[in-house]
Amino acid sequence: MEYFVQQLINGVTLGSIYGLIAIGYTMVYGIIGMINFAHGDIFMVGAFIALIALVVLGVTATTPFVILLLALLLVIVVAMSLSAVWGWTLERLAYRPLRGSFRLAPLITAIGMSITLQNFVQISQGARVKPVQPIVTGGYAIMERDGFVVQISNIQIVIILVTVALMTGFTVLIAKTALGRSQRACEQDSRMASLLGVNVDGTIALTFVMGASLAAVAGLMYVLYYGVIDFYIGFLAGVKAFTAAVLGGIGSLPGAMLGGLLIGLIETFWSAYFSIEYKDVAAFSILAITLIFLPSGLLGRPEVEKV
Amino acid sequence: MAGRDTQASAVDTGPVGAEIEEERRAEAYAGEPPFKTEPVSNRLVVALKDAAIAGLITLALAGPMIGLRTETAIGGLSLSQHWLPVAVTVAVVALGRLVLNLFVWNRAPGAPSPVGGVADVGGRGAASLAALLDKWRWQAMVLVIVFALAMPFMPFAGRYWMDQAIVVLTYCMLGWGLNIVVGLAGLLDLGYVAFYAVGAYSFALLATNFDLGFWVCLPMAGLLAAGWGLILGFPVLRLRGDYLAIVTLAFGEIIRIILINWYDLTNGPDGISGIPRPTLFGIPFERGEGGFADLFGLEYEPIQRIIYLYYIILILALITNLVTLRLRRLPVGRAWEALREDEIACRSLGINTTNTKLTAFAIGAMFGGFAGSFFATRQGFISPESFTAIESFIILAVVVLGGLGSQLGIVIAVIFLNAAFELLRELQEFRMLIVGMAMVLIMVWRPRGLIATRQPSVFLKKRQAVSADLVGEGRG
Repeated sequence: MEYFVQQLINGVTLGSIYGLIAIGYTMVYGIIGMINFAHGDIFMVGAFIALIALVVLGVTATTPFVILLLALLLVIVVAMSLSAVWGWTLERLAYRPLRGSFRLAPLITAIGMSITLQNFVQISQGARVKPVQPIVTGGYAIMERDGFVVQISNIQIVIILVTVALMTGFTVLIAKTALGRSQRACEQDSRMASLLGVNVDGTIALTFVMGASLAAVAGLMYVLYYGVIDFYIGFLAGVKAFTAAVLGGIGSLPGAMLGGLLIGLIETFWSAYFSIEYKDVAAFSILAITLIFLPSGLLGRPEVEKV
Repeated sequence: MAGRDTQASAVDTGPVGAEIEEERRAEAYAGEPPFKTEPVSNRLVVALKDAAIAGLITLALAGPMIGLRTETAIGGLSLSQHWLPVAVTVAVVALGRLVLNLFVWNRAPGAPSPVGGVADVGGRGAASLAALLDKWRWQAMVLVIVFALAMPFMPFAGRYWMDQAIVVLTYCMLGWGLNIVVGLAGLLDLGYVAFYAVGAYSFALLATNFDLGFWVCLPMAGLLAAGWGLILGFPVLRLRGDYLAIVTLAFGEIIRIILINWYDLTNGPDGISGIPRPTLFGIPFERGEGGFADLFGLEYEPIQRIIYLYYIILILALITNLVTLRLRRLPVGRAWEALREDEIACRSLGINTTNTKLTAFAIGAMFGGFAGSFFATRQGFISPESFTAIESFIILAVVVLGGLGSQLGIVIAVIFLNAAFELLRELQEFRMLIVGMAMVLIMVWRPRGLIATRQPSVFLKKRQAVSADLVGEGRG
């Protein structure tokens, strides 16, 4: 029981990170109907920017609480805005020139961008893994029995809180603001939206920007939680987050979050109770099974095919 | 605005005939030419502004990532600063943008993307090339095949060139195999390397465990890969487009993870070594008694084995090409292409889409399996390292860069990519970076690939190449 609760907490934390990345996939897929293949690498770049910002600010576990809080906020802002520039550039270089071109073309450019980003980071930051000393430390013991202590650490609390806050913020943004309205309009019918005066190119660029900044937050959380990053983390995290987006129903924001949570939980429980070697196989199998039996996901709308 | 005014006045004076209205409209437009050329000084200012913005964006991108490098140090990470490369990158981007704006694109910034114009120029060049190739089709083909057959005996063909030729042919074969799935049947497969891996491991395991030779294992490896093609193909039949892509990608990764973790069978990350070399009807290519050189009374040279390998892959690749070309004219091949163009129409015309997709997967996988066994016997050692997703991407890139569905385009793309890899060998680190950027650039420049025409397999009176833009790319 205690073991189960502990794994539950770990799974929710992991799921929050996946969920944040998945939002980027789901929004982009919703608006242009394409998998943004390089999104996982934007997450990786975001993680690196966050890491660099952390090192520049020189925060450690011994930094006083208030300063630590301010520093982390600053890191979030820096990572989000710089990753947003990356996301915008990605859209500008790899997607916009090919809008209206045949369907495989943007996928290939996205794969090219993904290779480019990975190798760019490998060259500029080095191929070796970057270890970070734990910055947010401490935690609370929730339960204890027979010497097994269920712990929820501060960093886990931070991750879950930040994710919930961002999710709420973005849901409101999509549902209530003019930006969200034009975004949903582009999703439904981009040609009609442009006839009615919605700046479609701008809206699509903004979608990439928002996805990239959320991925940057996920990157910072990843750095703080795992303490180790390298230039290759984007691939696996990207595929899993995409799985999460598909599982939740692509195009749906709450779906992405739900899918992220489920993937995080499944992966954690699989590693805890079955085999840690095959945890990626579990995630990939779920992707295949979902797509085959539930193509529109848990919260997605079924796709109607027009002839 | 002008048009509306004219119309309003036309209503005021009553109907006066289309002729007069047209005149007025022309008059009104005369004062406001729609394509007014901007004065040069203004264009310069705009271009400078544009370049400055591009430079600033590059600074934001490159500044932290290149300028501040994290180094592993005692007690955490430390930073080292590299501002010169940042300055160079920013300057290159800003100046490049300025030059392009002023002299190449020749347009006001903010106008529609220049891509269309550039693609037109490229399109014309390639169209004439394709027309030329069309005219001398058979002659060119015979010439290439004769050259390929004679290549090992040419004076320049040393060990290096033979190795390059083998690599090129292996990738051609993989590209042609994948072309059946992606180019002809329109099913986007990102996990093709899985079949390559299945072929390689089948051969390696059969050869090391049961002591079977290359020629016995080759068909078995092909069959096993085809079987895996069916196993993968069956569940994903209903998926289309990007979903199919991501599931096949996941499948490729699953195979790789199993290869890494199933230690008892595959020896895990250590790989399988001691895979036997191919023999010529049982004659090994070895030094000494009973070897190839000994039996044929030749001086033993290691390159004899390389030449033999070259002929094997040449024949395998030619078979792949020939089979694909012939299959295109069979009902199943026509069904593939019909499926790519319109699945619903296919179904309504009574084509069994399930079988059609499965045969495409199985046959494509089979050729991947053949190529895999060849890879295993050539290397003598295989490990999961060789079968990563990046390999799938490279094969797919070859198919798409060459032009989906174009057999010749694939050869050109393979030679191009291989040459790029070799030329960049000195820049080991930058190699993949440049390849990635080249993929983006070529795609933006020519979205339909290097060969932009296709040969139809059915025609009414005269075989005539059609533009690739008229060919569907499949939706799943």
